[in-house]
This record gives sequence, C-alpha cells and structure tokens, in this order.
Amino acid sequence: MAHLFFTDEEYAVVDAACARLIPGAHEAGVADYIDGLLGAFAVNPPRIWAGGPFSGRHGGEARFADFVPLSRLDELAWRTRIEGSLGLPEREFNGPVVGLQSRYREGLTSLGEDFASADADTQDARLHARESFTELLYEHACEGMYGAPEYGGNRELAGWRAVAFEGDVQPRGYTDEEVSQP
Amino acid sequence: MSDFDAIVVGSGPGGSAMADVLTAAGWSVVIFEKGRNHLLDLDDPTQLKVDFSNDEIKFMVRHFLGPDPLLEPRTFRRDDTDGDRAFVGDVNNLPTTVGGGGVHADGKLPRFREDDFHLCTSHGPLAGAALADWPLTYDDLEPFYAEAERLVGVAGDAGANPFAAPRSGPYPMPPGAPMYGATLSSAAAERLGYHPYAAPTGANSVPYSGRPACNNCGFCSFYGCPIHAKGDPVAPLQRALLTGRAQLRPEAFVSKINVRNGEATGVEYVDADGTPRTETARHVVLAAGAIETPRLLLLSGVEHPLIGRHLMCHFQTIVMGGLAQRVHPHRGRSVTHVHDDHLVPDAISQRAAVDAGLPWFRGGMVEHCGPAGPIMEAKLYPWGEAHARSMRDSQLRERMWGFTMQGEDMPQPTNRVDLDPSVRDVRGLPVARITYASHPFELAASNHYRARLAAILDEMGAEWTVTTSSPDASFPYGGFISPVPNSKHVMGTTRMGTDPATSVVDAYGRLHDVPNVIVADSSVFVTSSGYGPTLTLVALALRAGRALAG
Repeated sequence: MAHLFFTDEEYAVVDAACARLIPGAHEAGVADYIDGLLGAFAVNPPRIWAGGPFSGRHGGEARFADFVPLSRLDELAWRTRIEGSLGLPEREFNGPVVGLQSRYREGLTSLGEDFASADADTQDARLHARESFTELLYEHACEGMYGAPEYGGNRELAGWRAVAFEGDVQPRGYTDEEVSQP
Repeated sequence: MSDFDAIVVGSGPGGSAMADVLTAAGWSVVIFEKGRNHLLDLDDPTQLKVDFSNDEIKFMVRHFLGPDPLLEPRTFRRDDTDGDRAFVGDVNNLPTTVGGGGVHADGKLPRFREDDFHLCTSHGPLAGAALADWPLTYDDLEPFYAEAERLVGVAGDAGANPFAAPRSGPYPMPPGAPMYGATLSSAAAERLGYHPYAAPTGANSVPYSGRPACNNCGFCSFYGCPIHAKGDPVAPLQRALLTGRAQLRPEAFVSKINVRNGEATGVEYVDADGTPRTETARHVVLAAGAIETPRLLLLSGVEHPLIGRHLMCHFQTIVMGGLAQRVHPHRGRSVTHVHDDHLVPDAISQRAAVDAGLPWFRGGMVEHCGPAGPIMEAKLYPWGEAHARSMRDSQLRERMWGFTMQGEDMPQPTNRVDLDPSVRDVRGLPVARITYASHPFELAASNHYRARLAAILDEMGAEWTVTTSSPDASFPYGGFISPVPNSKHVMGTTRMGTDPATSVVDAYGRLHDVPNVIVADSSVFVTSSGYGPTLTLVALALRAGRALAG
C-alpha cells in the first residue's frame, strides 16, 4: 500500500517502533493511522474527522468513512498542527509552530535508519533515550490501536477485540440490562 | 432603525433559552455562534444533523466541538508571581459549536437549593472571599426551573433526594437505566448513611419532544449525541427557529459590542469568510460563557471594575477505586447517580473546618462515575510488553469506579478574566487570560471529603483507592491534572446584584451601566454552589427574557 506521508523506510521505523510500544500494533496497522494523520491533507476531504452518525458495525448506514469537510479555520488549524507554520503569517499570529511532520522526521532520524532491523533490546533502549519523541509516538499509537478503524489503525478491530470493547455501538446502544447488570 | 429586536451572542443553553422566550413574545432575534453548526438544519430545524458519532478520536483527541487551542488559546497564571502567564492552551474550554456547552455535557441538570441563593446569610462570611447573597431567591426561580426542565426535557425522580429544594411538580420523565457501577456505589453509600439518588439528567428516558429515548451508548460526556437524545439546547433552538423570527449565524464571531451614550446599538462581527461586518439591534444578549462574555465586554471597552472578577469553577475532587470485578463504565449515560450529602455541613465536616481555620466549609454534588474510553485509558499505562496485559486487566477503566465531587468554589476578586497582554486569537484579538488560585475553603473541603468518599469505595470492596483534584497546584503545567482547572463549570465574572458598586448586572442580567445589554449565562452567578450551573443559568435566562419581552 502506498503511504500518504512516510517513505517506505520511515514507515518501517514507525511500524517497528509502535510494535515495541504496544504489542499487536503492527498487526493492527497502527503505522497506517499515523501516516493517515500526517498525510491527512493528501486526501479530500482531509482525514481529520470521521463522519457520522453510524459506522454500520452495529446497524445503520456506514458513514464513518465519509470524512467531515473542514471549514476555512479548521483547515488553518490542522494544517498548522500537521505541517507547522512554515513562516506563513496567518499561521504565526502567536509565533512559529513546529508541525507534527517535522517532529516525526526528526524523531525517526534520531531512532536511526537501522532501527527496524535492530534487535528488540536495542530498539527499546533507543526509544527510552528519545523520551519526548517516544511520548508523541505512544500517544498516536494508542489512538491508532484503540480508535475507529476508519482512521487507518485498529485493523479488523484488532485493538477493540483484544480488550473486548464493543466500540461504537450506535444505533444499537446497550439494553437497560446490559447497563445495569454485571 | 435597528435590524433586530435582539442580538444573542452564543447559541448554548443560555442564548438558546433567551432566543426561545424572545421569539415566542414576537421579537426578531439573530443568534451569533462563532463555532460550526453540527446540530440542526437551519432551513428546517426539525431535521437534526448527523455529524455526531461514537468516535473517541474525533471528540476526545481532535477538538471536533472546538475550540481548537491553536486558533483560540487561553492563557493561565495563578497570580502575579507567574508573570504575564504560565500556560497557553486549553483553559476551562467549553465547546464552540452550535449548541455550546449543552452539546458535550452528559446533561446532569440539578437545581440549586434554597440556601445557595443566600449563603452569606445562612452560613456566614469567609475571610478572603467576596461571599454575597443573590438578589433573588429559590422561590423566585422555581417556576423557571420547572419551565427549563420541561423545555429541555429532564429525567429524574422527585422525592428521591432528601436535600432537594421543594418542587412545584414532578420531572417531565422518569430516570433512565442505572449504571451497574452506580448501583454498587449507591448501595455502599447508603450503608454509610448517605443518600444517593438518580441524577436529574437532560437525556430522554422515553421519547420526548420529537426526539428518541437514549439507548445507553455511553459516548455521552464530552460527545455530541448521534441520535439527539439530549435535549439541551436542541429543543429551545428548534422552537426559536420554527417561529420564523430567529436567524442563527454559525461561524460568526462577535468582536465588539457597539455602545453609544450608555446604550448598545449592535455588534461588530467577523463572518465565516473572515469579512468584518456590523449588525444592529435594540438589545444585545451575551451568552458566550463566563470567560468569553467578560472578554467581549473588555474588548468592547465597557467599563466596570468588577467585569471579569470573581471567576469561579468547581473544584473537582476525584476519588477512584480499583475493583476485582468489571463494571463496564462505558455503558450508560456517563453518570446516573449522585449524592448531595456533602453540600450540607455536618458535625464531622464542621470540626474539620474549624481545624483548618475556617468557620465552615462544604463540598458539592458527588457524581458516581467511571472512565469510559480505551484511548484515554491506554495513554495512562506505560508502553512496552506489559501494555497489552494492562489493557486486558483494565484496572483503569473496566475495573475502576469512583466519584467526582463538584466542589463549591469561593468567589474571590483576584480570580479573574482579563485580556492577555500579547497572546492573540486567529482573528488577531487578545485572548482571555485566567488568573486563578484556590481559596483555603476549596482545599480544606477537598481534603476532608476525599477521605469520606474513599471510605465509600472501601465499603464497596475497592482493592485500592487513589485521590486527586483539579486544579492541583502540586502538579506541573501541561498534564490532565495541573494548576489549570479542568472544570467546564465556569461562573461569576459579571456577578448580579442590586448595588452597582458591588455587582455588574441586576437581578435580570442587565448591565447596570448599559441596561440594553443583558447577560444570559453563568457569568451572572454570585456564588457557585456545588451543582452544575446549566439548569440554573437556563432558568435565569428564561426569567430575564420574560422580564425583557413580557
């Protein structure tokens, strides 16, 4: 599969790193979630907010894959967050903003080009040594593992199945018995 | 000649209630909302939109309901020793979207009690706090409470709460299904002599007002409802728009109230394209919330030394327990049970208050609750091999239950909203700066009640308990628990009263100095009680609107 943002080499590092952070992240496609966030503006509408009201997993028409179009200001905020302010005055009203894309490019470089082929102990040691990047990666890995699959991760609902979470249950919801009983 | 009888700034519960009353009286109204419209079809408001969903990424991570802290940051400091500011980002943010705070709330809609309106007289003054009685009583507000409950649709059980103030009638709907965890914590609380009851909730337990019954999906607190089983403020907005006398303009940011010779003539606003525009009206109603309302007054150059002061936000005491069994806190209405015992000082709390050097203290309504989403849970565990086991064991979600107490916050003149000297929003305007530090009242009350709440969890069989609070000044800036308060219950920044020297608005929300500007949100609160502010601010807005339009 072609990536929206990462090069193949970068993708391999992200994939390997996420697998160390969360067992099962590789199988759940967590790297695709992160690629989808960083490359959100490579598709239209941008892959920021999944649609509603239902996913189709528990009835109703499947609408999550129809992402919500962004307003002018939504696009400004998310481009700034992802791409950084890039010296553009409309993005720098409170000063420069470092974007997620640069933080990833820098963070992945710091993990080393050979990260994906390094042994697990070496990988863990490097992740521990780059604490602030690893913190960012872990935030996103959690979202990719346990968020709705329309964002790219949680493939085949692997994240939800692993923890027996029913996920988005509308429009079925839960019966009163399911709410009130053990 | 004005274009409208009234401009309403903000489409949340207060602005919507005001628009409903004014349009019903024949007034023409335009409602400005700076956020987007994901709520209803503006041409046919009986048709509700379908953008809300059970999506933890969209609502808990990606600011779907706004505001985006990159576009509209706020700043925070405890006091002058923090310099101009100590933090920039999300400070007490309420949604900026059509429907405002009503959209994301899980809809607990309690009334205040009688003594909440005359706390200074009934309980006595406190050093360092600007405690004062309200210029109205519970009895003055009771008919409007009843009207507000019918308007938005509140499910509850009259008579179940021994601490409740008298009611003129039953709730419009019976309570919905109790959450399993709440049945356990309620039973434990009762064994210790407390009085838990079904929380008055603005989510339909039966079909109501053309909207379906809640089906317990659990994506409630912080989420828009995909099936619109929450009535606040869908119902009043629908009613106002259906009169044909109201317009709703989303993505329109009011930047200034135009005032000439002590009278407002209208507003300046920036439309969705970024174009500056002007609108005129005979009255301007402010319902932008207790942080944005004073910000707009300050941006407009309206002068009163108390604008922005006495900011209050509930001091949240959080007590959680680890359980042997799973209690699936992700099913149901987020909170189905509460207890009010800690709003009423008893002999034990009174001794603790005196020990803390205070004449008295009290806490607030206690919500029986548990954590819901797996993403937020996952981020709490360390990464690595143990992650998968932690998630399966789910000690911090499926096997956790506890309490959040919405503790009363004392009004202090030093706790305030003003304009940040240099941080700007996306439109180039100064953002709201919050200067806020806790009074010993909140800290002592929190310390006392957290032990009593932990005892309930022990009685429930918790294997361990943990307590924290928001704000907590011992934590660093930037985390979920920090010196920056998390509470969305913000109040008090244009307090009401009869004396223009000690209050900003009168008992009907009118600015003493510019009486055709009316505040219709929780900015007018004199004290914060220990109850969520929404139903009270809606009742006050209905009363103010009735006074305005007859």
